[in-house]
Amino acid sequence: MIELKHLSKTYGGGKHQPVKALNDLSLQVPEGMLYGILGPNGSGKSTCLRILCTLLAPDSGTVTVSGIDALTQPRQVRRLMGYVAQDVAIDKILTGRELLSFQADLYHLSSNKRDERISELIDLLDMGEWVDRRCGSYSGGMRRRIDLAAGLLHSPQLLVLDEPTVGLDIESRAVLWQVLCQLRDQGVTVLLSSHYLEEIDVLADRLAIFDSGSVIAEGTPSDLKKALGGERITLKVREFSDLHESARLRNLLLECPGVRDVVINKSQGFSLNLLVDTQDVSEVIRRHLMDQDVPVFSLTQSRPSLDDVYLQATGRTLMDAELAVVGLRDPKAERKQSM
Amino acid sequence: MTITSPSVQSESLGKGDQRPMPQVSAASEIFQETLALTRRLFLQLIRRPSTLVAGILQPLIWLILFGALFANAPEGLLPGGGSYGRFLGAGVIVFTAFSAALNAGLPVMFDREFGFLNRLLVAPLRSRASIVLASVIYITLLSLIQSLSIIVAAGLLGYGWPTLPGMLIVILVLSLLIFAVTALSLALAFSLPGHIELIAVIFISNLPLLFASTALAPLSFMPRWLSWLASINPLTFAIEPIRASYSNNFHLTDIVLIAPYGSLNSLTCIFILASLSLFLFLAVRPLLDRRLN
Repeated sequence: MIELKHLSKTYGGGKHQPVKALNDLSLQVPEGMLYGILGPNGSGKSTCLRILCTLLAPDSGTVTVSGIDALTQPRQVRRLMGYVAQDVAIDKILTGRELLSFQADLYHLSSNKRDERISELIDLLDMGEWVDRRCGSYSGGMRRRIDLAAGLLHSPQLLVLDEPTVGLDIESRAVLWQVLCQLRDQGVTVLLSSHYLEEIDVLADRLAIFDSGSVIAEGTPSDLKKALGGERITLKVREFSDLHESARLRNLLLECPGVRDVVINKSQGFSLNLLVDTQDVSEVIRRHLMDQDVPVFSLTQSRPSLDDVYLQATGRTLMDAELAVVGLRDPKAERKQSM
Repeated sequence: MTITSPSVQSESLGKGDQRPMPQVSAASEIFQETLALTRRLFLQLIRRPSTLVAGILQPLIWLILFGALFANAPEGLLPGGGSYGRFLGAGVIVFTAFSAALNAGLPVMFDREFGFLNRLLVAPLRSRASIVLASVIYITLLSLIQSLSIIVAAGLLGYGWPTLPGMLIVILVLSLLIFAVTALSLALAFSLPGHIELIAVIFISNLPLLFASTALAPLSFMPRWLSWLASINPLTFAIEPIRASYSNNFHLTDIVLIAPYGSLNSLTCIFILASLSLFLFLAVRPLLDRRLN
């Protein structure tokens, strides 16, 4: 359904330090699948989706949707897809119904089809009580629902959603999740970006994990976690260690039977993330460290998660990656770029 | 996963309609999208009428206060020998249209800033020129409504009425000026970084262009350098034919502007305005194409 090949995109230059948003990114999304893109802020998710939706041109690479080249035939691609942007863009002066009607005209629906679809979507997204009020009075959840309805109005074959559940209340999120699953069941390809692990883990049939503008892992959530294998142990010998100590401990732990790999988590006080074969290994590790006179500050064991997949590939957790970009990004420049 | 949402029913979401699309002409699609875009702008105007009201009140205050300021000026001081109020009327009518058209870029700029423009750009518009066309239609109608209100107000204040053929000239001249200024304002809306900068440009250009024209005083009152400026100011080319159209024996070939570089009749002024309007639209087209595509 979607084929992105060798996409590169750099922002800035001139006065500003250039920022490489996409770095030779390639991705294939099969038809009829709910496909997740997971990655921290600044990993290139939105840039990738904006290029797919023909809002932005890549510096290099190709974009194909249902066999149509999105760079040379953007209008045909726009007909096929619905786009729900990260920031809900609604006209506060219009009522929800007027906004949907406006959207229907932009997609050239006939008046019969328009009224029929608006009515269906009002029922589907439970908007009947407030759809005739002005959008300016809507809560975040209502705005997201009306935005989703606008994206679905023309019955697209592909629905692209850029972080749609950020800041949503639980009820609206549940409605959104349910609708996305229904869409997938009816054969619509859904491409969803998120930095919420559990959202992608629960919803996505397949996913790609983005980091620094590239795909660092791709597969089904269970396959990706299975590929890591075994159990995960997070170990700290003190609250804040240092690289030298962690590197020494890493070598020590790799000697332990049952320990397959050790990753140093630099952004969490140089804690150690161990990949182990069985649950019993934790006691072996404790004993091994005690024998070497190494104290144990904390030791926790867990099943592998998508965060571990990310950690394995990058040496940091998703949350740390989020925190690392806070302050580094220039919201003003990004806003200007998106205008 | 367990999701319990009683509000969600399981009717068809309708996957991309696979039935063959009925053949719809490009013109019909352009009409549908342009109408929708224009209707939205007018809905905004009706529900937030402050733009319309302020656009009428400001020139009305000018007309009343400025007209009163020179009400007792000696007879025969102005060319043609009419009252100052009558002289001022044409200037304020043009200024009304000019100010309204200068604001044409603001709705586009707000759509850019709030991300609404992206909603338009991801839609399969038959032609993205519809976005520009809707803005031009909206601002032309708004400016004409405001200018016609000022014509009526000036008439009621005793500053005279244009003749019927003169009225057609007024509408033609105002439309040409509005097209030219709208092109400029839309170009600014797509090239400036935000609405603060656009409003700053509007503030900076508005009054100097008014003062450096024949809206408030004839060329003969001005020092030579200012009369030169006023003689090349597009507002002057709009003001003079409109002023002339208030005369009972109005002819398009009558001299209306004795500029330092020569004399111009109404027809020449209209031709200059039409050329300027065409030139500006052609000049800003590459920028609009680049920004919209």
